[in-house]
Amino acid sequence: MSGGSYYVPATSKWPVLGSLALGVMMIGAGMALVHGNGTIVMSLGLIGVLTVMALWFRDVVMESRQGLYDAQMDRSFRQGMGWFIFSEVMFFAAFFGALFYIRVFALPWLDGEGAKGVAALLWPDFSATWPLMSPPDPSVSGPREVMNPWQLPLVNTLILVASSITLTIAHEGLKESNRTACRNWLIATLALGFVFVIIQGVEYYQAVTHYGITLQAGIYGATFFMLTGFHGLHVIIGVTILAVMLVRILRGHFGGHDHFGFEASCWYWHFVDVVWIGLFLFVYVF
Amino acid sequence: MAPKLPPHHSLQHSSTTATAGGQVHDDHDHHPQPRGIMRWLLTTNHKEIGSLYLIFSLIMFFIGGIFALVVRAELFQPGLNLINPEFFNQMTTMHGLIMVFAAVMPAFTGLANWMIPLQIGAPDMALPRLNNFSFWLLPVAFTLLLSTLLMPGGGPNFGWTFYAPLSTTYAPPSTTFFILSLHIAGVSSILGAINIVATILNMRAPGMRMMDMPLFVWTWLITAFLLIAVMPVLAGVITMMLMDINFGTSFFDAAGGGDPVLFQHLFWFFGHPEVYIMILPAFGIVSAIIPTFARKRLFGYASMVYATASIAVLSFLVWAHHMFVVGLPLAATLFFMYTTMLIAVPTGVKVFNWITTLFRGSITFEVPMLFALAFVVLFTIGGFSGLMLAIAPADFQYHDTYFVVAHFHYVLVPGAVFSIMAAVYYWLPKWTGHYPSEILGKWHFWLSVIGVNLTFFPMHFSGLAGMPRRIPDYALQFADFNLVSSLGAFLFGFSQLIFVWVIIKCVRGGVKAPAKAWDGAEDLEWSVPSPAPLHTFETPPDFKPVQH
Repeated sequence: MSGGSYYVPATSKWPVLGSLALGVMMIGAGMALVHGNGTIVMSLGLIGVLTVMALWFRDVVMESRQGLYDAQMDRSFRQGMGWFIFSEVMFFAAFFGALFYIRVFALPWLDGEGAKGVAALLWPDFSATWPLMSPPDPSVSGPREVMNPWQLPLVNTLILVASSITLTIAHEGLKESNRTACRNWLIATLALGFVFVIIQGVEYYQAVTHYGITLQAGIYGATFFMLTGFHGLHVIIGVTILAVMLVRILRGHFGGHDHFGFEASCWYWHFVDVVWIGLFLFVYVF
Repeated sequence: MAPKLPPHHSLQHSSTTATAGGQVHDDHDHHPQPRGIMRWLLTTNHKEIGSLYLIFSLIMFFIGGIFALVVRAELFQPGLNLINPEFFNQMTTMHGLIMVFAAVMPAFTGLANWMIPLQIGAPDMALPRLNNFSFWLLPVAFTLLLSTLLMPGGGPNFGWTFYAPLSTTYAPPSTTFFILSLHIAGVSSILGAINIVATILNMRAPGMRMMDMPLFVWTWLITAFLLIAVMPVLAGVITMMLMDINFGTSFFDAAGGGDPVLFQHLFWFFGHPEVYIMILPAFGIVSAIIPTFARKRLFGYASMVYATASIAVLSFLVWAHHMFVVGLPLAATLFFMYTTMLIAVPTGVKVFNWITTLFRGSITFEVPMLFALAFVVLFTIGGFSGLMLAIAPADFQYHDTYFVVAHFHYVLVPGAVFSIMAAVYYWLPKWTGHYPSEILGKWHFWLSVIGVNLTFFPMHFSGLAGMPRRIPDYALQFADFNLVSSLGAFLFGFSQLIFVWVIIKCVRGGVKAPAKAWDGAEDLEWSVPSPAPLHTFETPPDFKPVQH
């Protein structure tokens, strides 16, 4: 319900500059992919996007510090963040959906099982397994080995779950205005997130060099890298957000009841954690 | 360490400038607003951003319309007459993409921007800067998309549904740019939708409960939910395309264990809610206009809300009815056939609601009402042909014929597009302070109705007789139907110039409109002056619920 002092921001140059920068980045990406010569344009666009984001958020933080936001604005931010995370969930749902469809329908049909088993006529020798080691057509070479879920992936699962716990403790600390505890547990969370990214990098290296799992290695490699890759990207974004929160804590921002920026980053981090649980179960274990 | 604070004069705090009753005032103590082009580039005002959306959409409507007329010119008579088949394919594809993503969707978003804050008594959208960002992404996205037509190998040529492998293995090189431009448009839609949900849930005038909201607000709330749910799925599927094209993955390639049909499932999981995204706000508009000009309350407000919500839920469960001939298991075919037919129930609730609202009303036939009434009749025709298509065994005959083209053009042109025109005629007095010309408006209406039916009605017949869609040449027995369609298309297309004329005339002057521009109009937007001042409802209005 509308309060009496709703904050309507003045004109801002960040939105239009941001869309321009995003356009430059996309044109650069297209040039790089199609013509092989757009990396510089894309990088400039990316730097532009990141700069605009930083300055835009800086304005928001300043306005918040000036006390311009009331309870209604706080609710708008909360709902905005909540729905944004829902949209992210649907993005991952598309990739999980693709994975399930391939495993439950497409591959068995190619093997001659089920309602559309007639597809087996394409490659009569094909037999469906998951992970798919030998793709139907001999022109696509499959992976040599599969990922063992009980080594690095398990370690990474424990790290991410632990990081969710440390972040919750940090949040509790902030709520009780115990800033030292908040800072220390936040640093611990950041460290865990950082280690997760490193381990994921090591795992990718092993996957490509030892196991022959690549983007080109049939549908197993494609789903593996797209799901874990987009998740990894989200971890990197999450670590960046938490790092900004750490800086804000060190600068004395946030109060015991007034820290939605911090809370939103917690929501985001827990979301990334939950996606990983799904990945661990359906990409690695089962 | 305290952060550096920005100079205070750059900030507006609405409480400092609020006057009673959300009336006009120009005594702001803040910095003067930027002028000229900068005003439009930097604005955070929902009315200015709404106007930007609407103007952008109108320009794109004409660009997409020109593409359609190129198609209709080629199909005027049998034989390859004007353009080569490759270019024909680019025209059909671009027509669809531009009309869906750059004309209809931004038009509804523009109406939402203008009207939702006015209808719920809010000072602006919940996140005004994000709102401006959502808009300015669109010109970037669609400039990039249109530029693909000039690239080596031409633009997208695989139909607006861009099925793999036509859009991956066999696609022109510009497809990567098409994907990236669609990503930008998708970001715009998601952010815009988040903003609309936050605005509706959070910014209503004190005392306005959910079930007091005008139906345009309700339908947009549900539309925005659909957008947030399915635009990311579109982003996912085009990302898979991008990877298949550029990085050798095999999502849509059975040779590597993928499946081209997977593309269609993912696309239509987005695509079917998407078609409701293009019609639910139309329902809201018509549900505002018909009670106004029938001078009666809407027959069943609550049932309209529940019907809208049911349609939204069902929209997630019907996607494979676009794929009956692709080779689905029988169980899936039956499931999607029955769920699709279920949609007729809530849609019927809506149509009966509009008719019973008209029953014994004191009806007058101003231009917005004419468009709304045409909507009810012609959209229902599109709904009935949809029911025919929903029946799987019958669909085996109709699939990919002009019957399908007739069906979705009936729901989108005299459906979605007519509702947008109705809304423009209905709300122009509020936007400009002048009534649009009744005489010109009636010319526009009648020429459009005749043009639309001449264009699309014969397509039912050519389709049932077996004419496939998306072909530049056709068998001789379809010549007469196509000739009529092409004549109708040019009539409809050129009639839209009257629409532009009406709008320009109305902006420049005309009969002055009072705050309550229409006799039977009840919603909150009619309590602010016409034209609506730049800032409205800076203090919340006194809202008294109308008994629905």
